[in-house]
Amino acid sequence: MGNGTSIGRVRGLGSAHEGAHHWLLQRFTAIGNLVLALFLAVSLALLPNYSFATVTGWASQTLPATALALLIISVFWHARIGLQVLIEDYVHDAGTKFGVLALLNLATIGGGAFGLVSIARLALGGAA
Amino acid sequence: MMANRPIAPHLQIWKWGPHMAISILHRVTGDGLALVGLAVLLWWLGAMAAGPDAYATFQTVMGSPLGMVVLVGLSWAFFSHMMSGLRHFVMDIGAGYELDTNKTWSILAPLLGILLTAGFWALILLR
Repeated sequence: MGNGTSIGRVRGLGSAHEGAHHWLLQRFTAIGNLVLALFLAVSLALLPNYSFATVTGWASQTLPATALALLIISVFWHARIGLQVLIEDYVHDAGTKFGVLALLNLATIGGGAFGLVSIARLALGGAA
Repeated sequence: MMANRPIAPHLQIWKWGPHMAISILHRVTGDGLALVGLAVLLWWLGAMAAGPDAYATFQTVMGSPLGMVVLVGLSWAFFSHMMSGLRHFVMDIGAGYELDTNKTWSILAPLLGILLTAGFWALILLR
């Protein structure tokens, strides 16, 4: 292991054995999105109308509420990973990148939590 | 020192092909869905949880001409991202790298995305 160039410092160390983690998570959540978003799209297309009573009546049932909650988790996780790659590609300043990634985490975790609480209110009858 | 190195003029000299177009489209539709689509999804869920008045506001805005453009655009972004994502799954297993096969699916995937979008709205509007 040398201490000169950046490649010299890492040459010979081998794989970090965690490089595929992010890549695999993007695929696992993509499969979740595929199933759950299609369920949402088909369900919405098949609803007789989009009145408040019809739509909340559908969304508050056990199966749709479960699918919606899982969709929120899968899609926000997928979006967090995808936007992270976008940020890493285009934001090069280390401090700015840290700040934008922190904002991304706040937005996706906060947004996901809001979605889950909304679904819980609907499904558990707390909604007005 | 690093900033002054010569860099490849990669954005100017390459001829556009369907492969790079669908790669860019995958990122644009994905990030569009993440930034705009998730906001609309949360508004919809939040409006349902908040009650009939909030839902009526959501419905008025999303039913307006501009709102419909957003909804159609989001559904197109979803089906396009889904098709280019399925293309990625095939390539992830090591298939579809032959030049003509790769080019064919680079062209077909976004076209299928448009077809699915049209089918989705036809199902809603014509039933």
